[in-house]
Amino acid sequence: MAPKVEIKGVAKRFGSVEALARIDLDLQANEFVSLVGVSGCGKSTLLSIIAGLQRPSQGEVLIDGQPVVGPGRDRGVVFQSATLLPWLTAQGNVEFALRGEGLARAERRQVARRHLAQVGLAGFEEAWPAQLSGGMQQRVALARSLCYRPQILLMDEPFGALDALTRHDMQELLTEVWETHRLTVLFVTHDIEEAVFISDRVVIMSPRPGRIESARLVDLARPRQPEVQADPRFHELADDLLRSIRHPE
Amino acid sequence: MAVSRARVRQPITRRRYLAITAITFVALVGLWAAVTGGGLVSKLFLPSPGAVLERLLEQARSGQLFEDISLSVYRITLGYLIATAMALLLGPLMGMSQRVEAMIEPLVDFIRYMPVVAFVPLTILWIGTGDAQKFLIIWMGTFFQQVLMVADAVRQVPQPMIHLGETLGMGRVAILTRIAFPAAWPRIWDALRVTLGWAWTWLVVAELVAARGGMGYRITVAQRYFATDTIIGYVIVLGLLGLIFDQAMRAAGRAMFRYQRSR
Ligand SMILES: Nc1ncnc2c1ncn2[C@@H]1O[C@H](COP(=O)(O)OP(=O)(O)OP(=O)(O)O)[C@@H](O)[C@H]1O
Ligand SMILES: [Mg+2]
Repeated sequence: MAPKVEIKGVAKRFGSVEALARIDLDLQANEFVSLVGVSGCGKSTLLSIIAGLQRPSQGEVLIDGQPVVGPGRDRGVVFQSATLLPWLTAQGNVEFALRGEGLARAERRQVARRHLAQVGLAGFEEAWPAQLSGGMQQRVALARSLCYRPQILLMDEPFGALDALTRHDMQELLTEVWETHRLTVLFVTHDIEEAVFISDRVVIMSPRPGRIESARLVDLARPRQPEVQADPRFHELADDLLRSIRHPE
Repeated sequence: MAVSRARVRQPITRRRYLAITAITFVALVGLWAAVTGGGLVSKLFLPSPGAVLERLLEQARSGQLFEDISLSVYRITLGYLIATAMALLLGPLMGMSQRVEAMIEPLVDFIRYMPVVAFVPLTILWIGTGDAQKFLIIWMGTFFQQVLMVADAVRQVPQPMIHLGETLGMGRVAILTRIAFPAAWPRIWDALRVTLGWAWTWLVVAELVAARGGMGYRITVAQRYFATDTIIGYVIVLGLLGLIFDQAMRAAGRAMFRYQRSR
């Protein structure tokens, strides 16, 4: 089967800074891939090139064989910082993404409510973002990026600002959501255990210039429950990944 | 010390806040009464609070005070609204597009530093001493500041919010009107409130030099007759008007930006 996303020889320069050097990476349809690497190695840059928010200096990104020329509704993005619109309620924020879908008002309300419920926010429809905790805000953002059914979800350290406990909840939630929606995900994170827990494959980037160092398949059974973190295989994979970040071969 | 640091900006009740404010005002008027009552300064320089109040009431009864107030309010409203409408139209474009910014911002920055007072005689030469000249001076004094502040407010909208619009497939106009502008609106509103204060200054400056009627005009006339009580009374009324407008805008802001409150 042809890959869903093909990153072919993508390089990016910012003036004299070489942020990315010839990245080649394929994502299969419905694959969950994590991108791990130290700060500044170019993860966000790569993500925003796939999203079409930035143009590569060289190379190209293909989606279903078609080159990316700009952002589009086939790719949803969840940003690191909460990007909820503070003047809209949780419900309003999700509905915001549904504008232009040609849905009737009532239908739009329905779809938004359903997605809020799915991320565990039933009853918070009328809350303003300022009234929600950081974790709840990211849940709304997740609901917003799922509700219009993009085929690809690009997530840039979506849980980076959350405390460890909330983070675990969100990881479980995301696994659950992904296992029901089935979409292709590229997930940027600093956290190796997080990457192992949620991904099918973990890709490691190394810095200056950013390039792909190695990749590991995560051969843990799905659906993944929190208990998987007690599995020796889980720790084996995590240790192995940590070593390849610290001592790239 | 650690103890006192924890108390920085600790909130107090609304009642206590108002009480403290009242004390400041009462103390000031008290000091004024003491200084004038004791015969420390001549009535010509500073009449007593009672004398000023009496004079104001007299002018209120004759209708002159309200005539002056309504004329000044009319001038400031129109001049300020014209400036604001233009700033709200141009500012966001400047904030969103570097092309528009390059076209307008350096020019505005340049004009902004020209002393508006120096334009008073010029504008009289150009368009006479009618209301249009008052609008023009108020416009000159506020628009150039406003447009930069509005553009800045739009520029400070977090980049990811703009990117969100792009990933949702929104066009530039939709991103401007549905994301950038509403996101910048609280800051813009603050800028409008601050510049309204400046507009008052420019209004009085314009009226002081040449006008028929209005707060500033009455002050100039009073000055000719050394009617210090009228001058001080009018200055106080100007302060009060400014305060009322400012509080009204604050209240409107609180109502509009309720969503920012965490609980
Ligand atoms: N707009 C830009 N202009 C100039 N340099 C940039 C720009 N964006 C990114 N860079 C540089 O490119 C490199 C990669 O940045 P990027 O944000 O992609 O890293 P990252 O891996 O996402 O880091 P982090 O984990 O801290 O988010 C960095 O050295 C950064 O300074
Ligand atoms: Mg980043």
